Amino acid sequence: MANSESLEKNIVSIKHLSFSRGSRKIFDDISLDIARGKITAIMGPSGTGKTTLLKLIGGQLSPDHGQIHVDGQNVHRLKSKDLFNLRKRMGMLFQSGALLTDMNVFDNVAFPLREHTHLPESMIRSLVLMKLHAVGLRGARNLMPSELSGGMARRVALARAIALDPLMIMYDEPFTGQDPISMGALVHLIKSLNNALGLTSIIVSHDVQETAAIADYIYVLSEGKIVGQGTPQQLADSDSEWVQQFMNGNADGPVPFQYPAPDYLDDLLSSHSTTAN
Amino acid sequence: MQHSKTQDTLVGLFVATGIAALFYMALQISNLGSYSSNDTYTIIANFQNSGGLKIKSPVSIAGVRIGRVSSITLDKETHESVVEMQIDSKYNNLPDDSGASIYTAGLLGEQYISIDPGPGISGDFLKDKSKIDNVSSAIILEEMIGKFMLNKAEGK
Amino acid sequence: MFEFLENLGKATRSSFAKLGRSTLFLGHTLTGIGDVIPRPNLLIKQIYSVGVLSFLIITISGLFVGMVLGLQGFYTLSDFGAEESLGVMVAASLVRELGPVVSALLFAGRAGSALTAEIGLMKATEQLSGMEMMAVDPVKRIISPRFLAGFISTPLLAALFSAVGVMGGHLVGVGMLGVDDGAFWAQMQANIDFQEDIINGVIKSIVFGFVVSWIALFEGYDAIPTAEGVSRATTRTVVNSAFSILGLDFILTALMFGDI
Repeated sequence: MANSESLEKNIVSIKHLSFSRGSRKIFDDISLDIARGKITAIMGPSGTGKTTLLKLIGGQLSPDHGQIHVDGQNVHRLKSKDLFNLRKRMGMLFQSGALLTDMNVFDNVAFPLREHTHLPESMIRSLVLMKLHAVGLRGARNLMPSELSGGMARRVALARAIALDPLMIMYDEPFTGQDPISMGALVHLIKSLNNALGLTSIIVSHDVQETAAIADYIYVLSEGKIVGQGTPQQLADSDSEWVQQFMNGNADGPVPFQYPAPDYLDDLLSSHSTTAN
Repeated sequence: MQHSKTQDTLVGLFVATGIAALFYMALQISNLGSYSSNDTYTIIANFQNSGGLKIKSPVSIAGVRIGRVSSITLDKETHESVVEMQIDSKYNNLPDDSGASIYTAGLLGEQYISIDPGPGISGDFLKDKSKIDNVSSAIILEEMIGKFMLNKAEGK
Repeated sequence: MFEFLENLGKATRSSFAKLGRSTLFLGHTLTGIGDVIPRPNLLIKQIYSVGVLSFLIITISGLFVGMVLGLQGFYTLSDFGAEESLGVMVAASLVRELGPVVSALLFAGRAGSALTAEIGLMKATEQLSGMEMMAVDPVKRIISPRFLAGFISTPLLAALFSAVGVMGGHLVGVGMLGVDDGAFWAQMQANIDFQEDIINGVIKSIVFGFVVSWIALFEGYDAIPTAEGVSRATTRTVVNSAFSILGLDFILTALMFGDI
């Protein structure tokens, strides 16, 4: 679909974002930019709210403070009709694929086309087959989602996400739980789609190896703040202990191995006392 | 979004059967079949006591229902019960000196008005808003028992 | 003691919050109905899953209920020498009460719980979220067709229940117990009024359908997206539907039949 020719270098611009869920502060005054045409990764330990960030960008959640601009528009100031239109230009790949289980692969990929365009079925058919071919699943078009493996389901979801030729695609933990071959296929797809279609990709993940292999720029989040950012090479060379622990997967470091507990010796020796913990 | 021809047919069948059931209920189970409430005319009768007569109680001649009671009100002056009836227009040859009596269907049944066609001396018929003068009120069970007891006592 | 009151207060507040959410949900669903009309495919599929698949349980139950009414009614009425009124008794019980109420309860149990589970599962697998992100309103696309289907199906199912029930009563009364066929129908036709009884019965079933569909869809939509959450939601659908149906039945009956 046609892009508005915004001169913004950054397709997504997040400024001073704060968001809490209940009493827990998920984001504490963070600012980051997603450059157009590049693959940007947002990484961090599980539970840092990476999926929440994607939902904030997509307008499903509203920030407590701060602003998010997508393609020059302030997402949370948009009227529903405009938000609606903006979403059509954003593709999102959910962790589980989120395919509609009551229709087959073909209909799932055709869904956004049938809902948002008035194209004739013959054109839709061609488009769907093209998208499926791009992810390598054209032959699986008549299977039901329940018949697909996890990796295949994600690829179908990816085909669906690019159905309307969006501006950008957000990937929510795309590599989690994949076998090496599917992983490889996905990594290859993300990179080639990004370049071939001139997309911008935002990958949210905690799989360091795969993500670092294709990302152009990485933000590392922890405890609601950005603890590191840069190209994969910059991060690998980083001084920050925290970043090093994360990137290298060290068991112990700034994020300790032992959950906070009283002194070990004391604990063992006092095992006869009433408080067992 | 995919659904087969079979599903469509079954849905159509289902809806059709449901509507058929509604019609069945309407015609076979209820009184809709015999309900031809198009053309009626009103006749009025004043009773001393209309007893257990209700709105929609039947009005009949010789056992054939020709109409229904449409309203029962109290005449403030004469303290009589003013009963209005809707009579099916096709029964338009009731002599104007016909009588109306309130009877009970069966021993414990509901009450109805029976019209007794008069000798037709004047040759005129009952028309819309005509009044029946010859009336016989409802039989009240308590009065009957009272009379019976009285007769019994006197006869002794 | 304080804790009890505190919990009571919290529970009340959350009940009101839920009521508020469910009302907004209903409003959203109703506005979505307009979008369903030009897309009959969606509706037909839902009527199939909600109505057609309930057909069997409704007709069989209706038959049995009618037969039991015939049996019980006969024994009770014969004590008064009033067997001839069996037709009226069976028909009145069914058309006024049992038809709308029992079919609505069965509907809630079969179709209602299925709807809740389906929607809850869609929520848990992020399909609803996914649709939102694809700029498709999940309420209009998924919920509204199902609501309309439930609303259309319940009166039809209630009518089926009553009709089959009367036939069942006839089977037992006239066929097996020797009630006079003519009297059976004649008394029934004379005493069951189309407006008073049939129309009121249909109105009841429409109201029940509205409420049950609303509850079933909302519980699914509002469910906690885990296996346990969905299972709890399905239970809530059946329980809340039952309460609502029986409570509304009382209110409607009092309004409709109170004054005759």
